[in-house]
Amino acid sequence: VVAQNIFFALIAAMMIVAALRVVTAKNVVHAALWLVLVLVGAAGQYILLMSSFVATTQVLVYVGAIMVLFLFGTMLTRSLIGRDPDVDNPSPMKWVGVLTGAVIAGTLGYVLVDAFGDDELPADPVIFTTGQISDSIFGQYLLPFWALSFVLLAAVVGAIVLARRD
Amino acid sequence: VLVNQFLLLGAILFSIGVYGVIARKNAVLVLMSIELILNSVNLNLLAFAMRNGSVEGQTFALYIIAVAAAEVGVGLGMVLLIYRNRRSIALDELSTMKG
Repeated sequence: VVAQNIFFALIAAMMIVAALRVVTAKNVVHAALWLVLVLVGAAGQYILLMSSFVATTQVLVYVGAIMVLFLFGTMLTRSLIGRDPDVDNPSPMKWVGVLTGAVIAGTLGYVLVDAFGDDELPADPVIFTTGQISDSIFGQYLLPFWALSFVLLAAVVGAIVLARRD
Repeated sequence: VLVNQFLLLGAILFSIGVYGVIARKNAVLVLMSIELILNSVNLNLLAFAMRNGSVEGQTFALYIIAVAAAEVGVGLGMVLLIYRNRRSIALDELSTMKG
């Protein structure tokens, strides 16, 4: 349990620092690389939460596919790869953002501490196998899975139609 | 291990993502902030899945990952199209549809 807490603290600190760099970095490529750190950290937290299949999917889909898309997007939409002074809104919007973020963090923090106080996670948790997860996806939650298939199909067709030069 | 440490981490990442969505002007960076938000939600789902010993949290975390992939695909397709038409992806210049 102590080891889990230490790993949680290390990964959480890394994720928060990296997330702050994602929203403050002036260089779009650097922001994408900091985002990789957040996503890998999230995969680590999923393993601490005994969800190894979700962690694997996170690494495959997010770190593998989505990051490549982001880097493609950056490179196809920018003439210079490097420091870009013009990526942030002017300062009043920034302070609106800081205020909104602080209010949301404060509210959520208060509500969570109030509701879950020091609830412990179960010491020997139920560990679900990939088979059980797939039984859940293809059994009880088949309908959302179908809907998701159509969303993905629509996204693929839509992205091709949008990005195609004719 | 407390439930709350995961939930609070999720809340902090969510707030950082919201700040990014509001404060960023570059469309690709706004999409990255949205990814931060989606990840914080996944963290919550998995924390509750472990707390309640139920498989649903993991199922829906996987669904969210798939939706996020679709969203980024379409989002970047749109950003590419905007860039091709206007030579810029600064969101404050997209006021053509403003009433």
